[in-house]
Amino acid sequence: MLNSGSGNTFIKSKLISRRMFLLATAKAIVITGVLGRLISLQINESKKYKTLSDKNRFREWKLAPERGVIKDFFGTDIASNKQVYQIHLIPENTQSIEEVFFRLKGILNLSDKRIFSLKRKIAKQKPWEPIIISDNLNWSEFSRVNLFLNELQGVEPIVSVARVYQDNSSAHVLGYVSQISAKDLKNKSYLKEMSVPGMVVGKTGLEKRLDEDIIGEVGFQRYEVNAFGKRIKQIKVDPGKAGKSFKTTLDLEVQKFTSEILKDKAASVCVMDIYNGDIISLVSSPSYDPNAFVHGVGQKYWNNLINDGKKPLINKAISGLYPPGSTIKTLVALSALENKIIRPLKTVQCTGKIELFGEKFHCWKKKGHGIMNMRSAIKRSCDVYFYEVARKLGVDRLSETAKKFGLGKKVLQDFSEERSGVVPSTSWKKKYIGKNWYLGETLHSGIGQGYFQSTPIQLCLMTAQIANGGFEIKPRIIFDKTKNNLKEYLNFKNENPGQPLPQDLLVSNFDLKPLFKNQENIKIIKDAMYSSSNEPGGTSYRSRLENKKFTFAGKTGSSQIKRFTEAQREAEVKQENLDYKDRDHALFIAYAPVSDPKYAISVVVEHGGSGSKAAAPIAKKVIKKVLERHDLRQSTNNLLGESI
Amino acid sequence: MFQPRSIQSSLSFRDKLLSIDYILVISILILGITSMFAMYSTDGGEFKYHTESHILRFFVFFIMFFILSFVQIRFWHSTSYLIYAIFFILLLGVKYFGLTSSGSQRWLNFYFMNLQPSELMKVGLILFLAKYYHRISIENINRLRYLFLPIVVLIAPVLLVIMQPDLGTALLIAAGGVVVAWLAGVRAKFFAYSSIVFISLLPIAISFLKPYQKARILTFLNPEKDPLGAGYQIIQSKIAIGSGGLFGKGFLNGSQSYLDYLPEKHTDFIFTLFSEEFGFFGSLLILFLYGIIIFRIIKIGNITRSNFGKLYCYSFATAFFIYVVVNMGMVLGLLPIVGSPLPIMSYGGSSMMAIMLGLGIAMSCKVHKDIPVN
Repeated sequence: MLNSGSGNTFIKSKLISRRMFLLATAKAIVITGVLGRLISLQINESKKYKTLSDKNRFREWKLAPERGVIKDFFGTDIASNKQVYQIHLIPENTQSIEEVFFRLKGILNLSDKRIFSLKRKIAKQKPWEPIIISDNLNWSEFSRVNLFLNELQGVEPIVSVARVYQDNSSAHVLGYVSQISAKDLKNKSYLKEMSVPGMVVGKTGLEKRLDEDIIGEVGFQRYEVNAFGKRIKQIKVDPGKAGKSFKTTLDLEVQKFTSEILKDKAASVCVMDIYNGDIISLVSSPSYDPNAFVHGVGQKYWNNLINDGKKPLINKAISGLYPPGSTIKTLVALSALENKIIRPLKTVQCTGKIELFGEKFHCWKKKGHGIMNMRSAIKRSCDVYFYEVARKLGVDRLSETAKKFGLGKKVLQDFSEERSGVVPSTSWKKKYIGKNWYLGETLHSGIGQGYFQSTPIQLCLMTAQIANGGFEIKPRIIFDKTKNNLKEYLNFKNENPGQPLPQDLLVSNFDLKPLFKNQENIKIIKDAMYSSSNEPGGTSYRSRLENKKFTFAGKTGSSQIKRFTEAQREAEVKQENLDYKDRDHALFIAYAPVSDPKYAISVVVEHGGSGSKAAAPIAKKVIKKVLERHDLRQSTNNLLGESI
Repeated sequence: MFQPRSIQSSLSFRDKLLSIDYILVISILILGITSMFAMYSTDGGEFKYHTESHILRFFVFFIMFFILSFVQIRFWHSTSYLIYAIFFILLLGVKYFGLTSSGSQRWLNFYFMNLQPSELMKVGLILFLAKYYHRISIENINRLRYLFLPIVVLIAPVLLVIMQPDLGTALLIAAGGVVVAWLAGVRAKFFAYSSIVFISLLPIAISFLKPYQKARILTFLNPEKDPLGAGYQIIQSKIAIGSGGLFGKGFLNGSQSYLDYLPEKHTDFIFTLFSEEFGFFGSLLILFLYGIIIFRIIKIGNITRSNFGKLYCYSFATAFFIYVVVNMGMVLGLLPIVGSPLPIMSYGGSSMMAIMLGLGIAMSCKVHKDIPVN
């Protein structure tokens, strides 16, 4: 049947079998390869692929935590949170982004510019990441969106919380929060895991200083998602943790009161407890609305703020640098006494000016004060007396005392906007200006002019440390009950009302380090400050408080912006007649009450003219307010002290 | 060696029934049932369209396979050129009347199913060449003029399929043809020459490739380069298989496939799904079943007396092996994604039909092992 015969068939069949054998060998090799791959994937690398598979499966949406509340000393919220209505958009859930924006534009008040920037942001992020269209809607807008929600695929109405500040009085010390910027993310390591839409971060003030603790912990919702990012089911929810709340030493009542007094002035006030360093009030004026920054500040408001000559955004109490002017005379006198340069009763004749190497040094009083001793020179703020004392004292010894009392270095910790000021000395000038010191500059320094630069909070600290008898205190703004145990102090006070504290009690209870060599010297200065405010002829006599409960002792100061020309001096040009920008800064420092000092205050009014006219009257009102609230504060403090 | 009974040209139905290779039948059945579970899982654990039609097809074509086993081997021998011709005409028909889906024209619309003739051509070409090499004498095998026809019948359908375009199927058709020629004894030298010609023509061929085909080849070389683009399938498939581990994630628990990370999970990537849910041991079971099927077909080749039967069985077993290995190599990331179904496991009527046809002819060789074909 077969043409080639059965022999041929048999040979052919042999050949086929031989070739099949070769093929089978090749198959065995190939199948070994496939098996090897299976073993490598499913056994050796299985762990790696399981992780990758879970990464595929789960997706997390982070939830912004609630920011901690900042309270004042009495527990009143000064920075808290309120409910806000927001509209979020998840781009991948929309059918057409364009259409959604078109619809939203009709419902909300969305500008083309805003839509443009939102679209740019959407293009940059993952399609499943929500983007906030509007973070602070009013109820009517919010309900309108809800009404049209079925036509707005991908849009989600969210009720969230946002920062709210009760009033503007504490804007500077609290600072404000705003959206996280790229710079924040780079500089602050704790923000690494916190890039959540709608997350805000402290930009200045306490909000910035406390940010790491107050910001809270980000929560998340973990969903199983399919390959298209659609949520299949919720696996886990972690609501996160609200930030830590902080109690401060501030008194919101005083803050509001002070802020009202300073309204429209470029000024600052700082009030401090002279024993434990609690900052009762820290107000800078003019203020701004910190709430405006929470949802992104408007261009117009921002421009107003930065173009305002009174610089509302600057916290003048800690960032404003002013020559201390005559307020430094307290320290000049103290330094001279401590270094035994001059006896308190040694007199100097003031004729209105002195001459040194041909240069004239004028007293503020053209006709001169006549014969002056230390007490009367402080009382009437005689410049010539202090030229003489400074000349004998020398700038380096003055600088040593000034630094000891807190000038030239930052008072608070970690406030990035605080400045340290300048306490000049011969070595300082050599280092920073590269020139030798002139004796004439010592005379300027003696009345707080020249290179001297200080912040209001430094002046307040200086005053507090004089007022408490010359002990070092560490000012604080965050309430700290561990160092607030006033029990022993109060016992003494209750047993010996009206008597000043003995030295050892201060030292043991508050860890206060004496700054003096002889405490008598401090008393002399305090007495001179008393005379300045309470005896006729004193520079702040007009602003005195006669009620013993409120009586304060202070020292005025005016720091020159521009030197008077001889012509102006001859014409006796008044400060009020100068251009605003050329007027002297008005300063005033004080402690109160005189009989039993409790608080120190510093007031600086930029271009206020003179300390006695512009700054002292403000201090008078604030001191009264603070002392009126003292008993309340004391009882609160007492309560907290007992609870330890 | 030659038993009297075996020479008789017709067998009783009972004889035929007894001489069926039941191990092969049972293996196919187990594989088929396994594939139903896999398909049920791709439907998300519900009886939906894919599962239902897969089960229906499997049983319809399984019955067809069983019936074909009883068809005389002589019939297959005598009609193999005709079968090839019919399949070729169908392929031509695709070019003019075919349905286009996702960019390629592969299907012919019949009332009851969409037929993909290129799948049938896989068997058709083997059948044609088995007969051809059975007929020509051993001296003529390596004569050049006898090589002409095999080359033409191989190249013609392959070109048609490449133009659809369907590179994967074209290569698998060609592989089947080459295997028959190799088994028939065509000199190794000839294969060497043609591969040199093939390689030198490759750059020209590549210039004719569609952009997506080029991308697939580039992607295979470095899948991590573009993980969300062209490399997505390979990466997700590797993740699914790897994450299955030793015992798998459990039936219906394959998160990769369940959450739609797996592309083409019904068809080309069915092994990935199975492997994710049943792990290494599950994969071994599949490999084992395929191993038995291939081994049993080779065994039929061993005992079949006619060279036509031998050639056909060996070639079909080898082609079957290639289909399995190419598909697995592809989902395991060893080969580029070329689009080739896994026999029996994958969803797809034409593929199932072609494989069952091939198996039916092989079984017919077993049943009629002692019957000469001429």
